[in-house]
Amino acid sequence: MKTSKTVDILAVLDSKRLELGPVASSDDHPNKHWTLTRDDAAIAWLVFDKQGSSANSLDEAVLEELDTILAGLETDRPRALVVRSAKASGFCVGADVGMFRGETDSAAVAQRLQRAHAIVDRLSQLPVATLAVIHGPCLGGGLELALACDQRIAIAGATFGFPEVLLGLHPGLGGTFRATALINPVEAMTLMLTGKTVPAAKANRLGLVDAVTEERHVLNAVADMAAGKLPAARPPWFSPIFNLSPVRAMAARRMEQEAAKKADRRHYPAPFALIELWRELGGKGNKQGSDHKAMQTAEIQSFARLVTSPTGQNLIRVFFLREQLKKLASDGHAVAATDPDIRHVHVVGAGTMGGDIAAWCAFSGLKVTLADREPKMIAAAIARAATLCKRKHLSGTEQRAVLDRLIPDLAGDGARHADILIEAVPEKADIKAAVYRELEAKMKPSAILATNTSSIPLEDLRTELTNPSRFLGLHFFNPVAQMQLVELVSHDGLDDSCRTRALSFIDTISRLPAPVNSSPGFLVNRVLTPYLLEAMLLLDEGVNAETIDQAAIDFGMPMGPVELADQVGLDICIAVADMLADQLDGKMPAVPQWIRKKVEAGETGRKSGQGLYSWSNGSADKKNDPGVDEDNSLTDRLILPLLNTCVSCLREQVVDASAGQQQDVLDGAVIFATGFAPFRGGPLHYARQRGIDDVVNALQTLAAEQGDRFSPDPGWRTLQ
Amino acid sequence: MAGAPGPFTPVDLAVQCGRPLLLRQPFSADCFDQVILGCVNVLAEEMNPARIAALRLGMGAAMPAHTVQINCGSGMLAIDGGCQAIRGGEADLVLAGGSESLSHAPLYFNKQATAWFAALNGAKTLPQRIKVLSRVRPGFFAPVIGLLKGLTDPVVDLNMGQTAEVLAHLFDISRPAADEYAAQSHRRLAQAQENGWLKEELTPAFATSGECYDADNGVRPDTTAARLEGLKPVFEKPWGVVTAGNSSQVTDGASWVVLASETAVERHGLEPMARIVDSQWSALDPSIMGLGPVLSATELLKRGDYGLGDIDLWEINEAFAAQVLACLRAWQSDEFCRTVLGLDSAMGAIAAERLNIDGGAISLGHPVAASGNRIVLHLANSLKRLGLKRGIASQCVGGGQGGAMLLEAV
Repeated sequence: MKTSKTVDILAVLDSKRLELGPVASSDDHPNKHWTLTRDDAAIAWLVFDKQGSSANSLDEAVLEELDTILAGLETDRPRALVVRSAKASGFCVGADVGMFRGETDSAAVAQRLQRAHAIVDRLSQLPVATLAVIHGPCLGGGLELALACDQRIAIAGATFGFPEVLLGLHPGLGGTFRATALINPVEAMTLMLTGKTVPAAKANRLGLVDAVTEERHVLNAVADMAAGKLPAARPPWFSPIFNLSPVRAMAARRMEQEAAKKADRRHYPAPFALIELWRELGGKGNKQGSDHKAMQTAEIQSFARLVTSPTGQNLIRVFFLREQLKKLASDGHAVAATDPDIRHVHVVGAGTMGGDIAAWCAFSGLKVTLADREPKMIAAAIARAATLCKRKHLSGTEQRAVLDRLIPDLAGDGARHADILIEAVPEKADIKAAVYRELEAKMKPSAILATNTSSIPLEDLRTELTNPSRFLGLHFFNPVAQMQLVELVSHDGLDDSCRTRALSFIDTISRLPAPVNSSPGFLVNRVLTPYLLEAMLLLDEGVNAETIDQAAIDFGMPMGPVELADQVGLDICIAVADMLADQLDGKMPAVPQWIRKKVEAGETGRKSGQGLYSWSNGSADKKNDPGVDEDNSLTDRLILPLLNTCVSCLREQVVDASAGQQQDVLDGAVIFATGFAPFRGGPLHYARQRGIDDVVNALQTLAAEQGDRFSPDPGWRTLQ
Repeated sequence: MAGAPGPFTPVDLAVQCGRPLLLRQPFSADCFDQVILGCVNVLAEEMNPARIAALRLGMGAAMPAHTVQINCGSGMLAIDGGCQAIRGGEADLVLAGGSESLSHAPLYFNKQATAWFAALNGAKTLPQRIKVLSRVRPGFFAPVIGLLKGLTDPVVDLNMGQTAEVLAHLFDISRPAADEYAAQSHRRLAQAQENGWLKEELTPAFATSGECYDADNGVRPDTTAARLEGLKPVFEKPWGVVTAGNSSQVTDGASWVVLASETAVERHGLEPMARIVDSQWSALDPSIMGLGPVLSATELLKRGDYGLGDIDLWEINEAFAAQVLACLRAWQSDEFCRTVLGLDSAMGAIAAERLNIDGGAISLGHPVAASGNRIVLHLANSLKRLGLKRGIASQCVGGGQGGAMLLEAV
C-alpha cells in the first residue's frame, strides 16, 4: 500500500550536473561572460556563461572579453585549455543575429567581422592544447568557435550545424575555411548549404568532433587530451583530391544543381556565394597559391554583402518574427506555470487533421488519446505517426515511446483525464455540438475545450456549451508536422487563464501561435482565399495554370496558387470561399461555375487524382510552358488581393490586440502558415518596401480594370 | 490472433491491451501498488516483461512489477498473486495480466551448433581455428523451434497433444465426441461474438503498419463435427484422436484485470465485477496434465462444501477437446472420485449449458499465459450478464498441474 507520494529520484540526484573545473571564487572572474580557473593539473577551464541570458550567443562584448582572457593565457600559459559552456541549454547557439539588424553598410560590417576573426584566430593560434567540450546545441558561430580549438569532444545529445543559410547567409566567423579543412569538404559544404543539424554520433563520424562521451567521463577525457592521448579525428584519405581545382569545380557544379532545386538564385544568393567561395579558394595551398587567409578575406566580404542585402535583412526580420511569436507562446508558458500543466491531450476525430495533430502532440512528448468511432481511421493515423517518427530519424526505442503515448481511444475514455481536448470532426455545426455535449459531460473542470474549425465562428459553436469560458479555437494547418503556425482563436467569453494555458500548450508542442479573434476564416484562410480565387478567375480568362503558378513562384511563393488549391482540395477551397462570401459582405469574387461542376464530378484535386491539374504519384502534371510574366501584371493580380485582405484584417483587428505588434504578428503568421516569400519579410513589410502609395495605385488601376474587389481597403491610409 | 508472425511482442500486446483498461479507470495509472504479468515465452529483449509493460503503460518509474510463469496457468497465477498481496495488506490496487506472443517464440541453435560456436570462440591460433571451422556440419543450422520445445514435457518426453491422447485413451473419449465438442466451441463463440457478449473484454490492437486487429480470427462458425472428421491426427499418426481441429489454436494475445481491495473500491468509487473467493493449485503426473482442473476445482468445492451443481458457470480452458471431456468423465466416475479425490462417490455431471458457454481456446485460441487470465475475466462477465452467483475458472497446466479460481458475483 502506498504511504507517500513518489519522488523523481533521478531528478533529485541531478545527474545533469556539468563538469566546469574548479569552482571560481569571486576574485577569479572580473569578467561578465566568461570565467577562467585553473585546476591542480594546471589545466585552465574557460567557461562561457553569457550574462543575463539563458543561452550562450556571440556578440562583440563576448568576443572582446574573450580576447582579453586569451591575451592573459598567452603570457601565463596553462598545460592545456578547456572551453565549455556553463548553460544547461547548450554550448552556443551562434552569433547574436541582432548585431546585424538594420545594417546596410557592408564595409562597416566587414570591419567588425575582421576584428571578430582576429579574436578567433588568436584562440586557434594559442600555443597550448585547446579542447572544446560541447553539450547541447553548438551552432553557427558557436561551432566556428569550437573549430578554432585543437580538439573537440561532444557530450551525447549535442547537436552541430551551420544554420546561417536559413537566414540567407553563410558562415562568417571562419566556418567556410575551418570546416572544409577539417573534414571531407563535400560534407562540410553540405552542412553549410543545407543548414541541417547533425547529432553527436554523426559529427564524430564526420570528424567534426574527436570523441563522443557522457558527462561523467569529461574529467578523464580532459586529462587524456592534456597528456596528448586523445586521438584526433582525421579527414578522409581522399580529401586532398579537392585541392585540385578541376575536382572542386566538378563538385561545385553538382552543389549548384542541388542548391538550385531548393532555392531560387535571384531570391536566395547565399548558397551560391558559398559555393563560389569554395570553388575559387577552397584548395588549401593549391596551384593558385590560395590559402586560409584568402578564403578568410573572401568569407568576410561575402558575408558582409549578404547580411546587408535586402534578402539578408528581410530574413533576419523573419528570424525575429519567429522569436516574437515564440515569445508569445513562452510567455504563456511562464504565466501558466502555476496552472495545471498540460500533459494529456484528447483529440476527437482521427481524420487527416485530428490524426496528425494527435501524432504531433505524442511526438512532442505528451500523452495523447485519439478518439474516433472508426478503428480504421485510428489505425491509419497510427501508421502516419510511425512514418513521422521515421522521417524524424527517431530510434526504435524512441518511436515505440511515441506510439505508446499515442493511445487509440474507441470509447472516448481519454476525455475524462485530458488537460486539453481538441475537436477535429467534420465542419458541421450539429456534429460538433453533439461532440461537445459528450465531452463536456466527461471533461475535468480545469480542462480546455478546443476546436480545430477553420470556418465556423466560435460564437456559433459556443451557444451549445454549458461553459464557453474554457472553449477556444486551435486552428492547425495541413500538414501539421510541417506547418509551424497555429491560430489561437479567442472570443469575448474566453477565460484569460485558458488562453494563456493554450499559448503554453502551443509552446510545448513547438508551434508558433497567431492569436486571432473569431472572425470569418480567421487570419490565414481569409487572406489566402482571395489569392486562390483570383487564380481561378485567371484560369477562367484562359491563362494557363502553369503560367499563373510560375508567376507566384517567381514572386517567391513556395508553390503556385493553382497547385495549392488542388493540394488543399477544391471542395475545401469552395467551402471556405462560400463561407467567407456568406459571412463577409463583400468583395469576394464568385467561384467560377465550371470549378463547382468539377467538384460535383469528384475532381477535387490531388486527393482524387484530378483537379485543376492531373495528379500522379503526388505531383501535378504541368504540361504547358509557363512563359514569362514580363510586366509582373500576373503577380500583382495574385498578390495584391492578398495584401489588400491583410490590411482589411489589420483594420478589423482580426489579430488579437493583446498580442501587441499586430503588424508583425500578421506578417509572421502569413509567412509561417502559407510560406509567403520569406525573403520579402512578410506581406505588410513587402508593401512598405515597395511603397504603400505604389501598392494603392496598383490596386486602383486593377479596380478600374477588374472591378471592385481590388478597391484599396481604407486601412491602407493608416499605413501611409 | 492466429497465423503468421504477428506484429506484436508480449509486451506490445500487454501495452495494447492495458492502455484502454487504464483509461477507463477513474484513478491515474500510478495509483497501482504493483503489476504482475504472466508470460511463458519471454523474449530475450524483454526480460521481466511485467516491468517493461508497466513503464510503457506510463505507470511511473516507481511501479514494482514482476513476471510469473506456470505455463498455461500464468495469467491466473498473476491474479492469484495480486489477491494474496491485497489480502496480506501489502497492496490495494494490483494490475494482473497474462501475455503471450507465440508467433514470436524464438528459434534456437541446437546443442552441437552451440558447442561448435564455443570451440570456435576458444580457438586462439589460426591452425586451431581452421581445425574447428572444418568441423562444421550442415545439421548445425537446423533450428530448434522454441515453441515445440516448450510444448513438450521434458520429464515424460510427451508433447501436450500426446498427453491428451493418453487421457482420451484412459477415459475412452472417441474421435467423434472430441470433434463434436470442438464444433460446439466454434458455434458458441460465433454466437457470443454475434451477440456482442465479448465486446466488453475485447480491444483492437493497432500495428504501426496501419493495420487494426479488431477480432480473433480463429473462429469458424461453419465448423461441424462432420467437417472436422476429415482432419488427420497431428500428434500420434495415424490412429490418434487429437487433431488440429479439436485442439486449442496457437495464437498471440494478452489480458489484464484490475484487482482492488475494499478500501480501493471505496476510495475510487469503483464498481466491482466479481469477488475472488478462493483459489487452488494442484499437481499430478505430467503425462496426464489435462486432469489438473479436476484436482484443483474439487479442492475449491470441498472447502466451500459445494457440489458440482452449486457452481452456476464453469470455464475449463479448452487445451484439447479430449482433455476437457476427460475431466468431465473423471467427475462422473465413482472409482476416480473415490480413489483419487477421496470422495464417497462420483461428483456427477456438469451440464453442457454451464460449461464454456461462449466457446474457448479451441475456437478463440490459446495464447498460453493470457488464457488463465482471460477465462477469469470472461467468467466474471458471464456471471454478470446472466445474473448468476457462482463460478469456477480452471485450466490444466503443462508439466502436470492445474489451477482453479472461485468467483462470486457482487
